[in-house]
Amino acid sequence: MLSLLIWLPIFGGLYVALLGSRVAPVHAERDAIAIAALTFIASLALWAGFDATRATMQYVELLPWIPALNVNYHLGVDGIALPLIVLTTFSTLLVILAAGASVHGRLAEYLGAFLVLAGLMIGVFAALDAILFYVFWEAMLIPMFLVIGVWGGPRRVYATIKFFLYTFLGSVLMLIALLWLYFQSGTFDILGMQQQPLSLDAQNLIFWAFLAAFAVKIPMWPVHTWLPDAHVEAPTGGSVVLAAIMLKMGGYGFLRFSLPITPDACRVWAPLMIALSLVAIVYVGLVALAQRDMKKLIAYSSISHMGFVTLGFFVVFAFATVPAAAHAADLALAGAMFQMISHGFISAAMFLCVGVLYDRMHSREISAYGGVINPMPRFAAFMLLFAMANAGLPGTSGFVGEFMVILAAFQVDFWIALLAATTLILGAAYTLWMYKRVAFGEVARPAVAALKDITPREHLVLTSLAAVVLLFGIWPAPIIDTSAASLHELVQQVARSKIP
Amino acid sequence: MTPVPAVSDVVNTASVSHLIIVFAPLLAAILAGLFQEALGRRGAHRVTIGAVGLSCLLSLKVFWDVVVLGGPVVDATVYTWAQLPGLAIEVGFLIDPLTATMMVVVTFVSLMVHIYTIGYMEEDPGYQRFFAYISLFTFSMLMLVMANNLMQLFFGWEAVGLVSYLLIGFWFRKPSAIHANLKAFLVNRVGDFGFLLGIAGVLMYTGSLHYAEIFARAGELTAIEVAPFGVPVTVATLVCICLFIGAMGKSAQVPLHVWLPDSMEGPTPISALIHAATMVTAGIFMVARLSPLFELSETALSFILVIGATTTLFMGLLGVVQHDIKRVVAYSTLSQLGYMTVALGASAYGAAIFHLVTHAFFKALLFLAAGSVIIGLHHEQDMRRMGGLWRVMPITWATSVVGTLALVGFPGFAGFYSKDAIIEAVNASPLWGSDYAAFAVLASVFVTSLYSFRLLFLVFHGQSRVDHHTLEHAHESPAVVTWPLVLLAIPSVVAGAVLAEPMLFGGYFGAALHVADGREPLHELAHHWHGWFSFLLHGFTTAPFWLMVGGAALAWFLFLARPKLPGRIAAGLRPVDRLLNEKYGFDRFNEAVLARGTHAMGTGLWGVGDVFVIDGMLVNGSARVVSLVASVVRHVQSGFLYHYAFAMIIGLLLLLVVFGRVTTPF
Repeated sequence: MLSLLIWLPIFGGLYVALLGSRVAPVHAERDAIAIAALTFIASLALWAGFDATRATMQYVELLPWIPALNVNYHLGVDGIALPLIVLTTFSTLLVILAAGASVHGRLAEYLGAFLVLAGLMIGVFAALDAILFYVFWEAMLIPMFLVIGVWGGPRRVYATIKFFLYTFLGSVLMLIALLWLYFQSGTFDILGMQQQPLSLDAQNLIFWAFLAAFAVKIPMWPVHTWLPDAHVEAPTGGSVVLAAIMLKMGGYGFLRFSLPITPDACRVWAPLMIALSLVAIVYVGLVALAQRDMKKLIAYSSISHMGFVTLGFFVVFAFATVPAAAHAADLALAGAMFQMISHGFISAAMFLCVGVLYDRMHSREISAYGGVINPMPRFAAFMLLFAMANAGLPGTSGFVGEFMVILAAFQVDFWIALLAATTLILGAAYTLWMYKRVAFGEVARPAVAALKDITPREHLVLTSLAAVVLLFGIWPAPIIDTSAASLHELVQQVARSKIP
Repeated sequence: MTPVPAVSDVVNTASVSHLIIVFAPLLAAILAGLFQEALGRRGAHRVTIGAVGLSCLLSLKVFWDVVVLGGPVVDATVYTWAQLPGLAIEVGFLIDPLTATMMVVVTFVSLMVHIYTIGYMEEDPGYQRFFAYISLFTFSMLMLVMANNLMQLFFGWEAVGLVSYLLIGFWFRKPSAIHANLKAFLVNRVGDFGFLLGIAGVLMYTGSLHYAEIFARAGELTAIEVAPFGVPVTVATLVCICLFIGAMGKSAQVPLHVWLPDSMEGPTPISALIHAATMVTAGIFMVARLSPLFELSETALSFILVIGATTTLFMGLLGVVQHDIKRVVAYSTLSQLGYMTVALGASAYGAAIFHLVTHAFFKALLFLAAGSVIIGLHHEQDMRRMGGLWRVMPITWATSVVGTLALVGFPGFAGFYSKDAIIEAVNASPLWGSDYAAFAVLASVFVTSLYSFRLLFLVFHGQSRVDHHTLEHAHESPAVVTWPLVLLAIPSVVAGAVLAEPMLFGGYFGAALHVADGREPLHELAHHWHGWFSFLLHGFTTAPFWLMVGGAALAWFLFLARPKLPGRIAAGLRPVDRLLNEKYGFDRFNEAVLARGTHAMGTGLWGVGDVFVIDGMLVNGSARVVSLVASVVRHVQSGFLYHYAFAMIIGLLLLLVVFGRVTTPF
């Protein structure tokens, strides 16, 4: 089942890309939509068959790959990986549906790249072997680089290289840590690594090596500056996948590697990590306020929102060992996990909204717009909903994660919660101020007056996102229930010291 | 009237009618919003009025069962929002006398406003959208008042904020409207910031978000001391002040009041519904709902007293110098919200809710009457271009007189009972700050009377200053506008006399409101209470009555007898005039220091932190490295990365093989 989810889009994507030059773009698009839809349906079937009451890995596949090194083709999902896989297939389907309007030239290759990318990302979430994980982790960068490098904006080379340098440095350190762990434990099995006792010194080194990889991906302050540049230069689909899924790789890495493998080091460094998360929330929130480019603004907003993810991860260490406050640890992790999924929906929606405008006006500058609501009332209504979700309005999915993390953070320290809660003000300020300047007011210029409202295709894409944003805002239980058992297991895992 | 319900009198299931009360307006809002063309104008108002009317009828039934018949309290879960180990967050209803009262007020005023809107928004192209919004508001407000837990209260709280944002910016082409709605949302968010911290504190120390469980463990909040700001305070004080900051935002208390006057940019029906009768009283409702917590902290109650007293007096004074008819009523609303807040601070929660109810009726009436004048004069809002309108608009005039008498607390009218109760309660309060509050509420009686009669005289009496052309077309409003005025005028007269005894001294609220033992703010008043009529007669002999008469007389002298005098006084008292016209400088400070300062901070952090330090220096000039690499790469073309990544993976495998051979012992 997991293999199907990984290889269907990869081979399908290659098929679409290779055949693309020979068939009309419409046919390539039709094929790509079919493959993406099949993958999405398969992931829903995966979810339906998942037993959320168990914390163990499910749908496990284990085949020897390089027996000499004990490297296996080992796949499986738990309640942490599963929602991220469904998020991946969902976002990919939307990106493929939305691509037709914004990509001119080499559409088949573009669609193929996203399908391959989806397969590789599912591979990252499903891999239980460290080498397999690393291969997917690195391989997924290739289609992403291609997407930005071929279909990107004028400064795409600068952006791609910045992106590459940051992620490459991080990945190398992660690889060294994985190899070191292999020599300690004799296995590349990730679950086996999690059981490996380690001295605090060893844990510290491994923690920092992992941090280099995951902090860049999420991204955490101060290694975040590649993200706004990458977003600005990426085509709409690239931005959507980058924000909706790739950033979650960092979060997933923390949950799968850093927290369970180096719990004692995490406890030591938790204050620093909490501080960096708060910097992300407050400092980056302020920076977002100053942006004049819509994509940059949303990129900074992403970093600020991902601050809640890392905050949720590391406040856990303040009470994982205190039985009375154990439910706060569950609350924090559930909030962080939910925030990852919700941010996937909302950032995808925001970037798609910018894409809708960019396709029509070829500008991302806030000041190029004004009064968009007049020619595009439907679009403006959608954008307002997503803006409100981005500002964390209750009833939208954007509220749930932040709410839980703030509730949990208060139990660690009043000031942590206070600083985190500034997002209520800052998030609303930068998002709604942008919305005001873009959508409200009289029509600012003739180009705006000539705008056409969203097409049926765009309507479909935005409606799907609106539906999930509202559904999981009103009823977050499906996602929370899916991961609760696995996260609870993780809470107990990190509470145990691994120092021999 | 009602016996205090015992614990066993709690029903744990919600009935279908509770669900209909809440969701009928939501459904109507969705229909009217999504199917604007299909429904048309008539369809939109029929659907929404039908839904809100149904909601109102069923709310009256609930009120009858719970308050009049003393039926059991409902505390029921509708569904589980999130289930975590050790913590269930649920969505559900708590229906007790306090909730039932709010439900009736909300749905009744909303129904009146819906009907009125047919006339008021007749020519507006956004007709259906408007009905969708006010129905959505009704749903949100009902979720707020019917919640049985803090998460859902917060949902309703923010949802009404959203609708308020949408409605203030209803005319989204108007720069002042879209400035006002952003301001309203952000100032409210400052309050919500405190509110959320308060909720987090409640969860931490009681382990629950469910009211009943919170109150059961509330006592523990006084046992622990914390010092987040260096000063040791009990947890109860910290949590209650945080929660009250939320109330300050929503109920527009100084210094978070700045959004309410500007919210008058929205259409008048919503000024009546949202920014006078219901939403702005959510903060008052919340404190009353959480009275078992607030009773635990005298410090928090003193804080509430002082904030409320300041709002009452100083915002009332601003009402005296406004020229825009809606803004006068808006400042009056601020001042009256201050009264309610003061009552909360004095632990007279019953009096606060009593004033909330009477105020909802007479203030909605005054706003709708102001709206009637505005449409009668073809969207004229400046009182300097009104005058003598009582002949032209007799129904609007008569109902305005009723509303004004209720507002100033003329003996017998609704506001008289509720306001006198608050004044008495503050006098009886032993808390720090109560002397100041007692002075403020008394002085405000004079101020209220002054601005209220000023409005009445400037609009309806004296020489007409309406320009000739407008006057020719001026007319009384149609029946859909005047009927709601009449229907609101009735409770503005009788609600006080009917509700005073049960709400102030009877067991009206049952266990819904909690006052700590030994604190009996209305004890003295209860002593002198011999029924509403004798209280009415007694009302002619008290200090507040003469202050009220004094205010009315001064208004008559200044604005009818000697209309040139106010200008000369203003010229003579330049600094005072300036201070009032600048609204004490809150707006200027917020714009210049807070808004600009935050933006400048963002720009600074970006320019210095991100671009200069991180990109320029910290990562060893990563920007330079990047451009350097880029210049090399440009020659190799874009295939470079692709090859590189592949090379990396192959290299890794080779590395493994080599390492594996060397070090694998087996």
